[in-house]
Amino acid sequence: MRILCCVKRVPAPGAKINVTEDGQQVETAHLGFTTSPHEECAVEEAVQLTEAQGGEVTVLTVGPPEAEEQLRYAASVGCQNIVLVPTDGTPLDPQRTATIITETVQSLESDGGEFDLILFGNESADSGGFQVGVRVAHALGRPIVNGIKGIDIEADQVIARREVDAGFEVYHLPRPAICGVKEGINLPRYPTMKGRLASKKVELESVDTDADAGGQLMVRLHRPQETAKETAILGDSEDAAGAIVDLLEELGVMS
Amino acid sequence: MSDFPTQAKVVVIGAGIVGNCVVGHLAELGWTDMVLIDKGPLPNPGGSTGHASNFIFPVDHNKEMALLGEQSANQYRDLGMSVDSGGIEVARTDERMDELNRRMTSAKAWGIEAHLLTPAQVKELVPFVNDEVIKGGFYCPTVSVVDSLETGTVMRNKALDKNALQVFANTEVLDVETSEANEHNGRRTVTAVVTDKGRIEAEHVVIASGVWSNKVANMADTYIPLVPAVHQMADVGPIDVLAETNNEIGYPIVRDMDTFCYERQSSGSMEVGSYGHRAILHHPDEIPSNEEAALSPTEMPFTQDDFDPQMETAIELMDMLGDAEIKYAINGLLSLTPDTMPCLGEVPDVENLWSAAAVWVKEGPGMGQVVAEWMTYGYPRVIDAHGADIARFYDDERSDEHIWSRADEHFIKTYGIVHPSEQWEGRRNLVTSPYFSRQEDLGAEFFQARSWERPQWYASNADLVERYDIPGRDNEWDARWWSPITVGEHLNLRENCGVVDLSAFQVYELTGPGAVEFAEYLAVNKVDKAIGSSTYTPWLNQDGGFHSDLTMMRLGEDHVRVVTGVFDGGRDEFWVRKHMPVDGSVKFTNSTMNVTTLGVWGPNAPTVLGQLTDFDLSHEGSPYGSVRDVEIATTDGPLACKLFRISYVGDSGWEIYTDWNNGPQLWDAVMEAGRDLGIRPTGGGVYGSSGRVEKGYRLMGAELESEYNPVEAGLARPKVKAADFIGKEAYLAARDKGPDAKMCTFIVEDQTSSSGVKRFMQGGNEPILTTEGERIIDSHGRGSRVTTASPGPSVGKHLLMGYLPPELAVIGNDFQVMYMNELYPIKVGAVEGSVFDPEDSRLKG
Repeated sequence: MRILCCVKRVPAPGAKINVTEDGQQVETAHLGFTTSPHEECAVEEAVQLTEAQGGEVTVLTVGPPEAEEQLRYAASVGCQNIVLVPTDGTPLDPQRTATIITETVQSLESDGGEFDLILFGNESADSGGFQVGVRVAHALGRPIVNGIKGIDIEADQVIARREVDAGFEVYHLPRPAICGVKEGINLPRYPTMKGRLASKKVELESVDTDADAGGQLMVRLHRPQETAKETAILGDSEDAAGAIVDLLEELGVMS
Repeated sequence: MSDFPTQAKVVVIGAGIVGNCVVGHLAELGWTDMVLIDKGPLPNPGGSTGHASNFIFPVDHNKEMALLGEQSANQYRDLGMSVDSGGIEVARTDERMDELNRRMTSAKAWGIEAHLLTPAQVKELVPFVNDEVIKGGFYCPTVSVVDSLETGTVMRNKALDKNALQVFANTEVLDVETSEANEHNGRRTVTAVVTDKGRIEAEHVVIASGVWSNKVANMADTYIPLVPAVHQMADVGPIDVLAETNNEIGYPIVRDMDTFCYERQSSGSMEVGSYGHRAILHHPDEIPSNEEAALSPTEMPFTQDDFDPQMETAIELMDMLGDAEIKYAINGLLSLTPDTMPCLGEVPDVENLWSAAAVWVKEGPGMGQVVAEWMTYGYPRVIDAHGADIARFYDDERSDEHIWSRADEHFIKTYGIVHPSEQWEGRRNLVTSPYFSRQEDLGAEFFQARSWERPQWYASNADLVERYDIPGRDNEWDARWWSPITVGEHLNLRENCGVVDLSAFQVYELTGPGAVEFAEYLAVNKVDKAIGSSTYTPWLNQDGGFHSDLTMMRLGEDHVRVVTGVFDGGRDEFWVRKHMPVDGSVKFTNSTMNVTTLGVWGPNAPTVLGQLTDFDLSHEGSPYGSVRDVEIATTDGPLACKLFRISYVGDSGWEIYTDWNNGPQLWDAVMEAGRDLGIRPTGGGVYGSSGRVEKGYRLMGAELESEYNPVEAGLARPKVKAADFIGKEAYLAARDKGPDAKMCTFIVEDQTSSSGVKRFMQGGNEPILTTEGERIIDSHGRGSRVTTASPGPSVGKHLLMGYLPPELAVIGNDFQVMYMNELYPIKVGAVEGSVFDPEDSRLKG
C-alpha cells in the first residue's frame, strides 16, 4: 500500500506571532516551526495504517528549503520517503499549491505507482484556506472527504469516518481516495532518538515546479485585535455563592 | 498603579534564583525597604532558572567556584530544597581518566567525598550504562538535585516575612538612571529605575537579570560582559526503568565528559543535556519577550541538527535512550563571560549599581550571599571573590567582539580538560608592549594576562637548555605550556643577567594636595616617606584581608605612583576611585599606556647598567627600594628614566621606568650593554614563578586573598603606622591575636610517581596533607593547599607554597602533597622566609 501525506511548515503555536511592517510576512525572528497539527495526525495515521497492513508512506511538502525539517520529522516517526518542492518562501495561493501538488503526485505516481490513499490535514494551521485538498482531488478526479477522524482500508475501498454532533458519518470511498484528516483521529507519537537519527539517512527528493499563480491574492496580513482576558475571583467557598448566582443570571442561564 | 513605590533603598532587577537569593540574604543582613521586580510572572518569570537542569556537581578545580558551589548546595540542603542523587563523571579516554584523577585531587582539596570507580562499579550504580564504552568513573555521592524555583520563592518570602521587600512581577525595566560623573572620582551614581509601572528612586540597584543583564547595564550606560548562549537539552521518555523508581531522581546523574553531555533522570524521563554543540550565541535583543515565546523567553526553538551527534553518543552510553521519545527539547539560554567566571560586585563606573550576573543555578544562593555581603560590609566575607569581581575587566574585555570570541572558544570546554596554564587562541595581541616586535624576533612564547601579552620564555634561549643540562618532562600534561628554556633563563639570571619586560604593570598616579594622605589611607605600610622612596604594601579590605599587594612610590611632594600587577589592575583602579576623597584633593591618572618598565636583574646587572649611566649604582647611591631619576645612554641619545631598586626574583637589580615610546631604545641599549655579560631576555616563567617562589615572594590572587591577613602571610611589619588606613582596626586585632595560619615554602622530596615518572605539581590547589594523608584545616576552616608550584632550579627541587596552621609550620616538618590522585612527600623548607638565599645576600650584592 502506498500512502501520500501532504504537510505544511507553519509557525509553532504558543507564541505571539507578529507580522512585518509591510504586512506581507510573518515575523520569524523568534519563531519555531512545526507541521500543521492536522497534518501531524495525518502522518501518524498513515504510519499506523502501513504498520498494520504493510506498505510505505511518502510525505510531500511545498515550501522553503527549511521545510526539510518537517519532512525529516515525518521520517523520524516512520515515513519512508520525503519529497520537497522548494519555493522561495513567499506564501503561495491555494490554487497554485494545489496545481503543484497535483503535478508532483502525477510525477511520483508515474515513477512509483499509484497512491492508494492521499492524506491532507483538514486545513493548514496558518492560512486555514480549506482548499488545497479539495482542489487536488478535483484535479486528479479522486473522491475526497474532509473532517475525517477515522480511517480503515479495505481491499477496494477506504472507509472514512467523520464526526458529527450525533456520532459519525461513514464514507466508503473507492481507491484511490483522498481524505482531509482532523486532529483527534489519533495521538501522534514523538520521534525517538533512534528514529531521528534514522531520518537523517532518508534521501530527500526535490521536485521543481513552475506552476502559475492562482487567482487569490494576499493584500496584507493583519494581527486580529486581541481580546483582553481578565480573571476575577468571585470569592472563597460559600462566600462566592451570591456572586456566582448573579453571574449566572447575567449570562441568562438561570431564570 | 497607585501602590507602586516611588522610592526604595534597594531595587533588585530580576527574580530568578540570583535576585531572590540576593533579597533573601540582604534581609537576613538587616536590609529593608527593598523592591524586587521582574518583567515576567512569578514564580517562573521566564529566565534561565525556569529551565535549568538544577543539579550541582560540587567538585571544581577553581577555588571560588568549588567553595561557592558547595556553599550553594548547603543552602539548598538547609532549606530542604535538595536531594543528594549522587553523580558520576565517566571517562571514555585515558586522558579523561587522568582528568578524573585530577578531580579526585580537587575533591580532596575541598573535602568533598569522591571515589574512582571501575566501569563495572559505574554499572552497579547506574545499571543502564554501557560499561564497555567507558574506562571508569568519578563518583561524588553529594551531587545534588535542587528545586531552584521553589528556593527562589522561599528566599523571596524570607524578605517578605520581614516586611523588608515589595515584589512586582510583570514589570518591565525601561531605564536605569544615573547622576552625572562625580567630580572627585569620575564615577556616576545610580539614582533610579524606570519601569512600565513607574519610576523608583533607589540608593542601590542590583542587576540580577540573567541573560538580559548586559541589556539592563546598557540602560545605565555601562557594561556587564556576558553573552546569552544556548545549552541544548532534550527530555526523552517514558523509560520504564526510570518510572519504576517512583522518584524525581532515583539514579546518579551521569556526565559523559568526553562527549560533553549529561544524562539526568527527571521522573520517568531522562534529560539529555549537551555542551558539545557549536557555540550558539545570541544578542539579548534576539531573545523573545514572554508573549512572543512559545515556551519561555530562554527556552528557544530547538535546533535539532546541532543535537544529532549528541544523540548518537548518548545512545552509545545508554541504549535505552534510543527508543525513548523526544518529548521536549529546547535551546536553553544561559550566560557566558569572556573568562568563564561570574560578574559580581559593584559596577566600576557606577556607584551603588551592583552586578549579580553570569551565575548559574548551581552557584546561585552562594553568589547571592556574596553580593549581599559585598553591599553590606564593602567586601564579601564568605569567600575571596576576586576572580568573579566585575571590576577585573579591562576595556578591551568589555566589548561584544571580545565576549563573543571568548564564549565561542570556551563553550566547548565546559566539560573539557583545561590545563591550568592553557592559553586562549582568539583575541590575542590586544595589548602588546613596546618591545613586542623584538620579542617576536627572539621567538618569544607569549602568555596572555587578561588583555596583555607577556613573554613566558624565548626560543632564542634554547642553547641554555644544553648549557645547564636541563632535562625535559616525561609526562605530557606536566610538559604542556612549559619549556625547559624557562629553567635555563632562571639559571642564567642567577649566574649572569636577565631582562624582563614588565610593561604590563598597571601604573597609576595619585596627585594633588591630598594625594599622600589618601595613599596612606589605602596602604598598610607608610607611604609618607622621603621623595624617591617606595613602599611595598598590602591594601586591606575592611575586614583586614588582602584586597591587593603592590608598590607605591613617593615621586613628589604631592605625587604617589601606584604600581600593581596586570591581573589586579581593574580591581585596584576601582578600589582607588571608590575611596577617593570627595573634596577633590586627589587626582587620579592611569598612566599605564604612557610608561613602560624593564626589569634588569642578576649578578651582572649593576655592570650592565653601569655602562649606560654615570649614576652611582652602589647601595649608597641607589639603595634598595629607592626610585632615582637617571639618564640612560642609548644610540639615540640619553633617555630620562627612573631606576627603582627592587627585586621580585631575588637577585640584585632594578626596574627601569621610561616613556612608553622610548621603550625600544631602552631595550636595545640594555641588551647591547649586556651582550658580553651573559644578558638574556627572560620570561614570566622566571619572574612570576621560579625566581619568585625560590624567594618565597607572595602573589596577590595566589598566596594573598581576602581570607588571609598580613600577619598570616608573613607580611606584617614590626610596627604599625600612626595614620589611619582601610582595615586598620582588623589588622591591629589580627596582630594581637597572632596568625591562625602561616605561609610556608615546601620542598618536594620525591617527585616520582607510582609508575616511575617524575611529576611536577602545577599549583592548582593541590591539597597539602599530613603524612597519614589527612587534610589539614586551620582554626578558620581553611584547608592547606598549594597556592603556587614551581621548579626551584637554583635549589634543585620542585617547590610549593601554601599555608599551614602555625603549630605545624616548622621548618623540616614532613607532609604530603596530592597530585593527580597520588601522594608525594614534601617538607617545610621555609616559614615566612625563603628556601633560596634566605639572608638576601644576593640582593645586597
